[in-house]
Amino acid sequence: MALLEIRNLHAQIEDNQILRGLDLTVNPGEVHAIMGPNGSGKSTLSYVLAGKPDYEVTEGEALLDGQDLLDMDPDARAAAGVFLAFQYPIEIPGVATMTFLRTAINAQRKTRGEAELSTPDFLRLVKEKAGELGITQDMLRRGVNVGFSGGEKKRNEILQMALLQPKLCILDETDSGLDIDALKVVSDGVNALRSPERGMVVITHYQRLLNHIVPDVVHVMHKGRIVRTGGKELALELEASGYAAYGQDAA
Amino acid sequence: MPAVQETVDRVKSIDVDQYKYGFVTDIESEKAPKGLSEDTVRYISAKKGEPEWMLEWRLDAYRRWLTMEEPTWARVSYPKIDFQDYYYYSAPKSSGPKSIDEIDPEILATYEKLGIPLRERDILLGIEPQSGSRVAVDAVFDSVSVATTFKAELAKAGVIFCSISEAIREHPDLVRQYLGSVVPVTDNFYATLNSAVFSDGSFVYVPKGVRCPMELSTYFRINERNTGQFERTLLIADEGAYVSYLEGCTAPQRDENQLHAAVVELVALKDAEIKYSTVQNWYPGDKNGKGGIYNFVTKRGDCRGANSKISWTQVETGSAITWKYPSCILRGDGSQGEFYSIAISNGFQQVDSGTKMIHLGKNTSSRIISKGIAAGRSENTYRGQVTAHRRATNARNFTNCDSLLIGDKCGAHTVPYIEAKNASAVFEHEATTSKISEDQMFYCLQRGLSQEEAVALIVNGFVKDVLQHLPMEFAVEAQKLISVSLEGSVG
Ligand SMILES: Nc1ncnc2c1ncn2[C@@H]1O[C@H](COP(=O)(O)OP(=O)(O)OP(=O)(O)O)[C@@H](O)[C@H]1O
Ligand SMILES: [Mg+2]
Repeated sequence: MALLEIRNLHAQIEDNQILRGLDLTVNPGEVHAIMGPNGSGKSTLSYVLAGKPDYEVTEGEALLDGQDLLDMDPDARAAAGVFLAFQYPIEIPGVATMTFLRTAINAQRKTRGEAELSTPDFLRLVKEKAGELGITQDMLRRGVNVGFSGGEKKRNEILQMALLQPKLCILDETDSGLDIDALKVVSDGVNALRSPERGMVVITHYQRLLNHIVPDVVHVMHKGRIVRTGGKELALELEASGYAAYGQDAA
Repeated sequence: MPAVQETVDRVKSIDVDQYKYGFVTDIESEKAPKGLSEDTVRYISAKKGEPEWMLEWRLDAYRRWLTMEEPTWARVSYPKIDFQDYYYYSAPKSSGPKSIDEIDPEILATYEKLGIPLRERDILLGIEPQSGSRVAVDAVFDSVSVATTFKAELAKAGVIFCSISEAIREHPDLVRQYLGSVVPVTDNFYATLNSAVFSDGSFVYVPKGVRCPMELSTYFRINERNTGQFERTLLIADEGAYVSYLEGCTAPQRDENQLHAAVVELVALKDAEIKYSTVQNWYPGDKNGKGGIYNFVTKRGDCRGANSKISWTQVETGSAITWKYPSCILRGDGSQGEFYSIAISNGFQQVDSGTKMIHLGKNTSSRIISKGIAAGRSENTYRGQVTAHRRATNARNFTNCDSLLIGDKCGAHTVPYIEAKNASAVFEHEATTSKISEDQMFYCLQRGLSQEEAVALIVNGFVKDVLQHLPMEFAVEAQKLISVSLEGSVG
């Protein structure tokens, strides 16, 4: 069974139709890249899958492991294994990153009927994963994303992903704002999470990221639909020729 | 539906009826006849076996009170209070001089439900809080102080910690010297009322140079129907002394509005320091705004000596109406006053709270951090006054007051009064009002937090600057309380 099955998805926000009949199938173990011009609806897709309020699905369906995703509350989707690395991570002043991570892990465990992670286990886990991503203890003590640089915010997203071990990882422009070294660190973090059960949807504008996170499938999204699908060489082609071939009018 | 809207709806659906401490203890009590008159005052004084001077003090207050008007300047509204419709004294029948073992088991059970470590013996047998720190509790059950724990150990340090009734009998000189010296009998309508009919409360005296060996705590609880509770607390830190005092309050759930008008006076002499922390979670009324405590409190600290320090920290989550301004008179040169406040209102609660920092001495400084959180249809006002008098050279104040709104039917207001009669005074004031953003909520939900977990987390982050000023054991309790009161208000 497919991990993620999206059929004919239509969604709108404030009466603006953004997704217009989108189909996408991600099997366990696969990494799919989605590219496409600004405003084509990539972030919208990620929000709709994660259940952001105000986005209204008008037609179509999205299944996770055959289960209707669109019917679930956002926190239930998270507990079911949907993770979104935000294009613009949100700041929560006064809430230590460490506290946030722990609350999130235990909230998901609770929803799944599992016991809370013990303090030593949690600390050990965070220390290990944070170390791999070059996230300092000082950052973990600071408010969630407060005073983090753009690159640090993105690394913090990947740290959360590594800790939460989701089934479906959606990465929305995780590469934007990263310097060359950070890109490598983050990519290594993402690659470490590749596994035969896990699926990934990687949204990006740049082929560069796909040199590090090599996708199984590349899609081109345009005006709210997938208009072309190919192998990893499709990204190279796009890099060379842009989106002109897709009737790109307002890039 | 936007996340915050959903949160608001959940607040509505879960509502404030779920007041966790709403249970009534069934014990016989002895009450003064209903209503207020000179006879009531005499009755109370006689019940407590007070000396003549105390009775005269009360009667004087009562006569002055008759000439006074209820204040109306606060941003709270409620039907006119019929002061003749209350009982001004209520005591458990079995009361009297006692060892802890003689205490009515029902009362002990009530305190157990409240989670108060009343049984000194149990505590000494090792049921201490994990931190290993200990708290001496003076529990006020309606009007009589039922038991005072740890007395012996405190006595060894020379600290007097007892009910005010006992202090009036046993330490009349100290009481006469300080009672009414910070909050004068005619200070305000409610303080005067309290002076006439105060029923019990705590008394603390920490002698010169003594660091009180443990946190002192009072737990207030209003049980009896239609009783006003009028505690009177007097706390004196002599030169170079230090004491940290914790006050917690709960009341059972009642349809009627119970009246509460306390007076707390703190005196810090030269180089002394007093930390006074309050967690107040009195019954806030039901989802329609029926019932709940009317809380009209006068709390004031006098930094009487040079380089003394008084710090108020409060977490206010309960009561239908809160009217409360813990203040500092910075009389001694170099003295410091602090006010850290978290005030959460929900349902139909009305909070008008803040502080006064009155700079009289040279080089005095004060700091105010206030965090107001309004949910439901509540109104939450911060009212603060900072003044520097002519002599107060180099007075310094920093005020930061932030409001957080949950939903769009509640209100947050900031009313600062600032007055400097000395040109060298430097007063800084910062204020912000914000809402929990939909993006913050969604971010939390996407990581698996439920609506209520997300709100509690964000609110706890918002109040962090204040929480860290609470003693450890209180901070943990306060954090839970914030979640509970937002559950009762958020979901
Ligand atoms: N709240 C909103 N109201 C109206 N239109 C919106 C709203 N949010 C997004 N849109 C529109 O939806 C379209 C798709 O936006 P989306 O963010 O999904 O694009 P994207 O493919 O992620 O673009 P980018 O590559 O720039 O990140 C855009 O035209 C955007 O203006
Ligand atoms: Mg985008």
